[in-house]
Amino acid sequence: MEQRNGFMGHFQYCLSGHPTLPCNVLKFKSTTIMLDCGLDMTSTLNFLPLPLVQSPRLSSLPGWSLKDGNAFLDKELKECSGHVFVDSVPEFCLPETELIDLSTVDVILISNYHCMMALPYITEHTGFTGTVYATEPTVQIGRLLMEELVNFIERVPKAQSASLWKNKDIQRLLPSPLKDAVEVSTWRRCYTMQEVNSALSKIQLVGYSQKIELFGAVQVTPLSSGYALGSSNWIIQSHYEKVSYVSGSSLLTTHPQPMDQASLKNSDVLILTGLTQIPTANPDGMVGEFCSNLALTVRNGGNVLVPCYPSGVIYDLLECLYQYIDSAGLSSIPFYFISPVANSSLEFSQIFAEWLCHNKQTKVYLPEPPFPHAELIQTNKLKHYPSIHGDFSNDFRQPCVVFTGHPSLRFGDVVHFMELWGKSSLNTVIFTEPDFSYLEALAPYQPLAMKCVYCPIDTRLNFIQVSKLLKEVQPLHVVCPEQYTQPPPAQSHRMDLMVDCQPPAMSYRRAEVLALPFKRRYEKIEIMPELADSLVPMEIKPGISLATVSAVLRTKDNKHVLQPPPRPTQPTGGKKRKRASDDIPDCKVLKPLLSGSIPVDQFVQTLEKHGFSDIKVEDTAKGHIVLLQEAETLIQIEEDSTHIICDDDEVLRVRLRDLVLKFLQKF
Amino acid sequence: MDPECARLLPALCAVLADPRQPVADDTCLEKLLDWFKAVTEAGSSLLLLQEHPCLVELLFHALRAQDLSPRTLSFALRLAGVFAAQENCFQHLQQGELLPGLFGEPGPLGAAAWVAPSVRSGWIQGLRSLAQHPSALRFLANSGAVDTIFSLQGDPSLFVASAAGQLLVHILDLAMREPAEGRVCPQAWDWPVCARKIVCHLEDCLRSDAAPRVTQALHVLTTTFGHCHGLWTQGLWVQLSPLVACLLEKDPMPAPHTLVDLLLSVARSSVPSSDPGLWETVAQTLSRLSPTQAGPLAAGILKLQDCPQALRIQAFNVLLQPLACVLEAATQAPATPGLLEGAAGDLMAVDTLPPSKSACVGLLCSALAHLELLQPLPQRPSPWPQAPLLAAAVTILRFCNGSAAPSSEAGGRLCTMLVGCVRVQRAALDFLGVLSQGLGPQELVTQVFAVLLEYLMSPDSSPMVLKKAFQATLRWLLSSAMPPGCCDLEPCAQLVLGELLAMLQKRLCSPCWEVRDSGLEFLTQVTRHWGGQASFRQVLLASELPELTRQLLQDPESYVRASAVAAVGQLSSWGLLAAPSSPEQPAIPQETPLEALLLILTTDSEGFPRRAVMRVFTEWLRDGHAEVAEDPERFVAQVLRAAGKDGDWEVRVQGLELALVFLERLLGPRGSSAAAPPSVTARALRALCQVQLFEFAFRSLFDCDRPVAQKSCDLLLFLRATATPPGSPQEAGDRPNVASVEAALRRWRAGEQGQPLGELAPEAILAVLRSMDLEALRDTLAKSSDHVERSPQSLLQDMLATVGVLGDNEADCY
Repeated sequence: MEQRNGFMGHFQYCLSGHPTLPCNVLKFKSTTIMLDCGLDMTSTLNFLPLPLVQSPRLSSLPGWSLKDGNAFLDKELKECSGHVFVDSVPEFCLPETELIDLSTVDVILISNYHCMMALPYITEHTGFTGTVYATEPTVQIGRLLMEELVNFIERVPKAQSASLWKNKDIQRLLPSPLKDAVEVSTWRRCYTMQEVNSALSKIQLVGYSQKIELFGAVQVTPLSSGYALGSSNWIIQSHYEKVSYVSGSSLLTTHPQPMDQASLKNSDVLILTGLTQIPTANPDGMVGEFCSNLALTVRNGGNVLVPCYPSGVIYDLLECLYQYIDSAGLSSIPFYFISPVANSSLEFSQIFAEWLCHNKQTKVYLPEPPFPHAELIQTNKLKHYPSIHGDFSNDFRQPCVVFTGHPSLRFGDVVHFMELWGKSSLNTVIFTEPDFSYLEALAPYQPLAMKCVYCPIDTRLNFIQVSKLLKEVQPLHVVCPEQYTQPPPAQSHRMDLMVDCQPPAMSYRRAEVLALPFKRRYEKIEIMPELADSLVPMEIKPGISLATVSAVLRTKDNKHVLQPPPRPTQPTGGKKRKRASDDIPDCKVLKPLLSGSIPVDQFVQTLEKHGFSDIKVEDTAKGHIVLLQEAETLIQIEEDSTHIICDDDEVLRVRLRDLVLKFLQKF
Repeated sequence: MDPECARLLPALCAVLADPRQPVADDTCLEKLLDWFKAVTEAGSSLLLLQEHPCLVELLFHALRAQDLSPRTLSFALRLAGVFAAQENCFQHLQQGELLPGLFGEPGPLGAAAWVAPSVRSGWIQGLRSLAQHPSALRFLANSGAVDTIFSLQGDPSLFVASAAGQLLVHILDLAMREPAEGRVCPQAWDWPVCARKIVCHLEDCLRSDAAPRVTQALHVLTTTFGHCHGLWTQGLWVQLSPLVACLLEKDPMPAPHTLVDLLLSVARSSVPSSDPGLWETVAQTLSRLSPTQAGPLAAGILKLQDCPQALRIQAFNVLLQPLACVLEAATQAPATPGLLEGAAGDLMAVDTLPPSKSACVGLLCSALAHLELLQPLPQRPSPWPQAPLLAAAVTILRFCNGSAAPSSEAGGRLCTMLVGCVRVQRAALDFLGVLSQGLGPQELVTQVFAVLLEYLMSPDSSPMVLKKAFQATLRWLLSSAMPPGCCDLEPCAQLVLGELLAMLQKRLCSPCWEVRDSGLEFLTQVTRHWGGQASFRQVLLASELPELTRQLLQDPESYVRASAVAAVGQLSSWGLLAAPSSPEQPAIPQETPLEALLLILTTDSEGFPRRAVMRVFTEWLRDGHAEVAEDPERFVAQVLRAAGKDGDWEVRVQGLELALVFLERLLGPRGSSAAAPPSVTARALRALCQVQLFEFAFRSLFDCDRPVAQKSCDLLLFLRATATPPGSPQEAGDRPNVASVEAALRRWRAGEQGQPLGELAPEAILAVLRSMDLEALRDTLAKSSDHVERSPQSLLQDMLATVGVLGDNEADCY
């Protein structure tokens, strides 16, 4: 049984301003669900790089002083080629923590490993007591990313921690982009491995299409999103309401399982995040560009540096190179993959067969490793090391290609290679990760002789694909970050680079609360069998029967049950003892219910038969008005009401009422 | 008919009439019919039937038998038509009541076999063959066949329906031709009954509300005005044009595409000379059709030799309108000269473009394609708006890559539709390439090169778009030569060329083989044209391109290897492949280009690169490539040895081409009538023997691939004509012993190619050449290789044998 629910209480609290590193909290059917907890690491671009070995260049950078010569910030801020950087341990911009009490969050749903990097901040420092849901590859690779991050930062201990510059009055005096950095007071240093382990222990593993019940009110289901190993979109639904959370999805044929689009159909609201960050760059073209530049550099005797994450696009790049290097005559060039988690990442990718695309899955049964990088490793073409120290320094041979992190160029082994190779124009750094502006990433390395090539490879949905997806799944409403509702500022004429749907998408920004629109507002109610037995349905139209129900509605654990009303207790004459359970509504004698519609033509004929003349009928937007001009009376007939308006002539009103009632059924 | 065929014919007819022995292969019946057509065209059909009564029996059998297969019945109907095409034979068959039986109600028309489309098609084709004379016309009129043809116009089989329409045109033409000899444009009431009936039918159809009937009539009329050239067609148009005009008035206009076809067909006929009102109808139609529908009509009008100037302007505006809209969509200042100056403002509004992406893209592509075809025609509109067209093409390309900023909201919608659209990009690049034939303001030419560079450099350009961009760029570079034909480029093009070479380096490293391939093709072309120009050479030699090209000789993709071979050939011809040497990097001894290409010729597993090598070698020999010129005899000997062993016939043919070039170097060009002086001939023959050209040529003469043998035959004929001119005295007494050579050649002819020819003396060669009947061999080779198998006798034998085999199989089964 359905009941209309007049209460409209679904809200979205937007805690992140970064569209591809989302963090939203959804209040839905009395549950509080956090959707992803991405960590905005672009804040680290304001800091000086952490060199693995002492860098005379970096350590000799001049301190920055105010225009008036005041140098009180020169210990905290350093100047390099006209840019000012904070000389301190890099800090990250956390999701908003003040907008909503995060201890009230019941569950956190993770969509992919890039979108869980803020998890330790949330689970360990906000009083969070709920459960986190994620797929196994997401957790395992997410752990690797966190481990790498912690390792990169902890292995270069920095005594100094700058905080003076964060003072609002001082920040105003700083040059851009430091001056414009937002929420600097909330920026935090990286978490520890202990916090990471604790956070990950709160995760419950889920599989695609697995239905997870939350408090009997809501069901959540992860769906394959096609973007990364184990990446998911989520369906959050009650009996009559469905929210789809689309985050980081891809329709391209890369290594993960393809995106499940069909299950997103019939959504009331579709929350759309994690689209491509470079909508004008086609990943195929970029891969071509990557290969060409790599080959040209190496042929000239130069080295190639590829700043990257230890998982994700690197698998596809290695696969492309596997096919390309022989044809390009690069078979003798060594490829190095340097990361504290390089070994685990390469091995993990081979064992998550069930999360891979069909082609790769079938390889497992041959049996063959699903990714060809296994062969590259076997043939010594690809070598991996935990860091530049140790074995790597013995094996290192140039010219070569190095894949290493971190893509921000602020920490990790990449800092060393930038310092090492930056002076020669024979070398090239190729940026493939789209998360950081390459020009900003390069700023503390200027002046730089090495060539820089920007080949961002972002396989997430572009706006054309979004448009097709929305046509296909047809959600009633789309909710997305405000960045997606207008063309990018640098290309304001590109109307194709925005979400185009009807009705227009609702947009949100950081620290905003959005009331979600739901058209269907019903609840499922069970009827107790004995109550159902007592009902006497009456057929009012062929196939449609109605019955009146008098019952007590009992609600517990978000389940609603109609029970037979308790029999009215006979007044005992004594003192009335009123208990809560006895507090039942009075059962009044009900007027009969009416149903049916009034055919205006026949109604007018009937009026004429009963002596009314000078009848005029007007059509209105909602129905008709029958005017009895002589009697100065008006009968307003609408879909769900009929009003007889006459001047205090009760006899006339009753007569007319009876004529109206003739056309309606009573029960 | 030769006696052997005559002997086989009764048996064949018996087989055809026997439903238990179905003919397995349809093509046999087609070939048989072709043969009968040839026989009847050469002689009397009546005589043929009288001499071979089995043929008439076969036709009678087709009339009576109920169980004949549809394909045999169809064959019989068509055969009867072939015989009845001659009037006396027609009357002969008519007397036997055979024709009414086959083509009238008693025949297949009313039988179950009629459901087979092949039978209906055979019926139509039979009538089409016999409708050649007045008797046939009377027969058609009296037998009711015309009504059947009318109904077959709506046949579910498109082949049948189309053939029915064409038959009506043929009958109408025949009917009007016969009585109207010498008469000019008779009035409709004077027309023969048969013609009147058809015209009435067409009028009914044109008046009909059923779109398929209107379409059928329009098809018939289109074919009529396209194929019939009698003056009566003018009368027909006078009669029917009011009905056609009515169709144009209808909303929506029925069958607009077919109407356009009809109007163009009429416009190309003799009608306009007698009815100037036609142009008014065409003009009205142009204005009433949607832009997409009007495009083909406009393009057709502009291709006409004679038509009113006002109509041409109107038609040209139809084609220009979509481009004008694009220009308007991107124009910030309204003062910029447009394509349709003077036209009504609303005509240009961007809103007039179709709102859906596919329709808009389709309209733009077809407008570009029509204009591209018009550009080179002598009757293209004049003045040709070269500058605005250039601006439009550039703007379209900029919309497609997202670099153009629209000036209005409607322009924004257009931008959204065009961004990334490969179809429009391809059409616009083709068009831009064609526009290089005309001049343009320098500012626009600069923009053209800029947009082409954007496409060539963009990683998002699809391989096909990139190829088109390369082609367009080459055309524009060629047109920028100052003065035309000279290898000096305009400064702007010069600058572009430098950027192009830098871009090419990256393209040659692309993981996509199509891109590497187009890049190499482009490099070959630009080197061909500017390889001698100092600044080009300087930029090229400073780049990685020569080395990259050399490396691509080992590309895993054979097409790329072939293109790399061509590029290496061209670079080497201009001396642009010199090994780099610098104080830091002393030149490593590398294999020479000749050695590298020889290696490909002898070892590459794919045919394309080997063919490419042969083309390059031929060119090198012809142009006197430095490395070849060092020792041409050695070079030719090496190449011919490799080509002779090659499994690919095209490589062997190319080997003969190279041999021919070598011959011409020694003996003078082909075609010159003068024979070479004896001393030259003697020297040449010695050289030819030395490079073992004769071994190669004689082996090729008996090559199992005909083009190789033909080419060799031509070569030897040339050699004989030059070296042993007719009437040259043959020295008596010391005739060399050629027995061993002739014996070897006999064995080669028999397919035993193992034995070498051995050392040959020039005299022996000449003697062999004189003794060979090369002319006869050339004639034999000129016939197609299956000329023996294609004889009618062979056909009849095959058909009988097939049936026999079928019989054997049947026996085996039991």
